[in-house]
Order: sequence, then structure tokens, then C-alpha cells
Amino acid sequence: MSVLIFADQFQGKIKKSALEAVQYGAKVAAQLGTSATVLVAGEVSADELASLGQYGAQKVLHVSDARLNELEAGTATKILAEAVAKENAAVVVFSHNFSGRAIAPQLSSRLKAGLVAGAISLPDTANGFVVKKNVFSGKAFANVNITSEKKIVSVLPNTFSLAPTGGSASVEAFAPALTDADFRVKPIKVETISGEVPLTEAEIVVSGGRGLKGPENWGILEDLAHALGAATACSRPVADADWRPHHEHVGQTGFTVRPNLYIAIGISGAIQHLAGVNGSKVIVVINKDPEAPFFKAADYGIVGDAFEVVPKLTEAVKKYKGI
Amino acid sequence: MKILVCISKTPDTTAKIAFADNNTKFSEAGVQFIINPYDEWYALVRALELKETLNATVHLITVGGADTEPVIRKALALGGDEAFRVNADSHDSYYIASQIAAHAKQENYDIIFTGKETIDYNGSGIGGMVAELVGIPFVSIASKFELNGQVATLRREIEGGEEVCEVTLPVAVSCQKGMAEARIPNMRGIMAARTKPLKVIEPVQADTLTSIVSFELPPAKAGVKLIPADNVEELVKLLHEEAKVI
Repeated sequence: MSVLIFADQFQGKIKKSALEAVQYGAKVAAQLGTSATVLVAGEVSADELASLGQYGAQKVLHVSDARLNELEAGTATKILAEAVAKENAAVVVFSHNFSGRAIAPQLSSRLKAGLVAGAISLPDTANGFVVKKNVFSGKAFANVNITSEKKIVSVLPNTFSLAPTGGSASVEAFAPALTDADFRVKPIKVETISGEVPLTEAEIVVSGGRGLKGPENWGILEDLAHALGAATACSRPVADADWRPHHEHVGQTGFTVRPNLYIAIGISGAIQHLAGVNGSKVIVVINKDPEAPFFKAADYGIVGDAFEVVPKLTEAVKKYKGI
Repeated sequence: MKILVCISKTPDTTAKIAFADNNTKFSEAGVQFIINPYDEWYALVRALELKETLNATVHLITVGGADTEPVIRKALALGGDEAFRVNADSHDSYYIASQIAAHAKQENYDIIFTGKETIDYNGSGIGGMVAELVGIPFVSIASKFELNGQVATLRREIEGGEEVCEVTLPVAVSCQKGMAEARIPNMRGIMAARTKPLKVIEPVQADTLTSIVSFELPPAKAGVKLIPADNVEELVKLLHEEAKVI
């Protein structure tokens, strides 16, 4: 028996969310008294692979195949199913990032393995295999028991903080036979979000709403984000009015973010917006309306005019950081 | 061209979340139900747009009791041609996907659309599970879907960016923002929906792989700490020393 963890790579680097999955999987393996094996597909350096040992992996199975640099869910499902058989894995762990959300359900059907998507706790194995997850868009939690023999858990990103140790993993080449039929979805091109912090991975997010009055006023928000090394985001009315691109929209129907710090500027805090940000560890609200509902969900608040408060805050952050 | 859109009934986005029966069941008292927004705004509307340009037939399917019928009637009012309700109640994604897949295998759909997740159980699994059970490729969390003959070009979210990919039909796609703009049903659609076929089918035998043991509500926030607008330095200090986030 073993625990198999899928760690996705992007342009040769293992993503932080995937490292969180590796660390989680290693803990599950320790709980079950077994070992943790990580599967990596695509071209990744030997050092990068061995470093997964820092997060508790004993072994890395590496499918070094340039065709897998952009990995489609169907191909990944086939590779993982073979790895599960080879390693006799009882539990498969993913990150609940974009790759995990694409692959885990397919593998679940293939293996008839129950899936808990977006786990926020380690399994409680005292009575079954019970994992806690967010439901109702973060407004509640459910404790879900996986009753099938094989189990799949995807770990909610930015939920478990990374604590690397000095370990090193052994790396083993793994070459499942892949035919053209395994590449039904063909990647044409990849567009990276460059020069800025990707929103869903950002540790700090600075977000603006209608209170900023127009797209021309976003400079003050961008300055603050820049000083903090933060990603920028916006509320739905702002994206709908095309003040900001849709990929910045956070909320129930946009992106869900769970940064360490979420700073909301000129956002009233409608329940649909809160659903997309309520997993944030600390929420700061800046709004001139003291009755704005967002203050009820906030940890810190400033009642004031964004156009005065935000530039001052940027200066204070710069001073604190010495920049 | 035949398209299947998977529809889920979810509580309204503003619904108060509470639990009954010793925290084992969602309390439906006073809750309004809607079509899961990702299913409606993105999956269904994109299917309807394809129907308008390609002469496609749009089928709808939901897995649920008779109380899901108002929601599926609304989806018919928006422009779906025919609806199927699998008469079963389950929160297990694999069970639900098995029901949808059993129907889809008989109908040979060219495209199966789902929303990227439901706003109640947030499982995000149905699309991929159905694809695997039917044996067709799956593209997840797509924000664009264009069709040229039998070849679909999609834009999907990946870590750190977006990918444009191509796939030959049939395909299953989970849809997010960007696929289409929300529509509201018009009176003609609502009238027509009353007489459109809504077939009730009995579930096939399928395994349940997960079960919800209990629900919990998050602990209440301690309350906001207000900082005077002329003392932003204090906020920076608190974020550093107390919250330890910068």
C-alpha cells in the first residue's frame, strides 16, 4: 500500500499548490503507516524532482516526456491509473488547483475511487476516512466520508502552509506506454500571465469595487499592490462594466481566492462577493460607507475615502518595507 | 448536432445557510432555489448560442426529486428543447455522474456541457466523471468554446495562465465565466416551456463512493477592528505584528 501524489509542473517548475499536496500526501502516508510517492509528468530537472523530499516524499516517479509538458486530463488519468497499479496506491492526492480539478474527477471514475474535492483537513481515520471540505462557497464545511476502497483527495490551495525539511527523494523513471489515442485534446498555445502575480496563487490580493468610480482611478490600487507584491482583483460590477478584465473578477461566479491578506477597496461586500473571498486569512476593508456589509466580514477596517486613504497606505507600506 | 447540458438545483446565492437534523442535512426552510449559476449562465447559454447558429438540439438533464422541476422548467424557458430528470436524490458526485452517463451513452451527444462546479457542494467533479464514464475527452474550466465543423477550439484555465486547445467532437466541457453572457427568459419562452417534454427516468444501479457525515458552520468573526483613516501606519503595524501577513 502507498499514497500517490500528483504534482503538476508549469514550465519545469513544481507549483506551490502542488508542493502543498505533496506535504499533505506525505502526512496521510505517515498516518496510514505507509510511504509517499509523487508522480511528475513532463520535463523537469533532477534537482527539482529530488527536492520534493523536503516535503516528505520518499520516491518520485518521473514521466519525462516533452509531450506531457502541457498535460491534458485524459493523458494524466491514464498515467496516474498505471502508477496507482504499480505502487498499489490506496490514496491519491492532488492539489485542488486547475490541474487537480481537471484530472481528479476522471481518475475517480476510472478507479471507482471516492473523491473529496478541496480538502481543508487531514483525514480522520478513527471512523472511516473523513475529510473536511468547504461547501456552500465557503459559507459552511462538510465532513465527508470516502467509503470506497481507493480514495482520492484534492487539497485546497493555500490552506496548509509549507514547512520544508532537509529530505531528498529518490527519482525513478516511469514510462507508461502512450499512443496517439491518449492525446485527444491538443494544446495549441499557452498564454502565461507575465509580469504580475497570478491572482489565484497570490498571497496578498488588493481588490477594487465601484467605489473607485472608474478604470482611470486604478492607479492608486496598482501602486498599493505593487508595494505589497500583491495581485489585483475586482468585484463583479467592475468586470461587467469592463473597467477591469474578467480574469480579475473574484466572487461567487468569478474566481475564488484564499490569500493570506485580502484588501477590499470601495467594495460594499455583497454576499456573492464574500463567497469568493471568505477563505482569506485576513480581510481589510477600506470603504467610506460605515454601513458597508463588508465590514462585518473584515478583520481590519478603515472608514474613509479611498482616494485619500489608499495613497497614504501605499506610502506607509513603502516606508515599512524600506522601498 | 446534439448537446446535453447538466443542470443542478442550488440554493439562491443570497440564501442563509443553516442545517437541520443534528447538522446532517441542509435546511431548506425559506430557501429559494435556482439553476446553479455556472450551469445556467455559462453552460446552458453557450449551448443555446450554438443551437442558434448550428441548428443543434439542446437536451437538459438533472438528477433530483420532483422539487427540481421548477428549475428545469426555467432552463427550458431559456431555450432548452427537451429535459430529462433522473428520479434520484444523492450528494455523491460519482452516483450523479453515473446517472448522467447512462443517459448520455444512449443519446450519443456531440457535446456535454456542465458548469465548473455547483455553488452548494462545490464538488467540481461531474464533468470529468461523466466524460470518463462515457469515454469521451474532457476539457475543464473553459472560458471559450468555438466550433469549426467537428473541431472545437477551447480556452481553459491552467496554473499560471491559460491554454488554447483543440479537440475533435464528442467532448465534455466544464464552463466558467467568459463562455457566454447571462440571459433572462422571455414570456414566449416561459409559455413554450410549459409544453416542452420533461421526461422522468428511473435511476440505473450505481455505487455511492462518498457520504456526508455532518455539516459545520464557520466560527463567527471576532469583529472588525477599525483604524482611523488618518492613521494608516497603525494598520501596517497591525498587519505586520498582529496578523503577521506582511
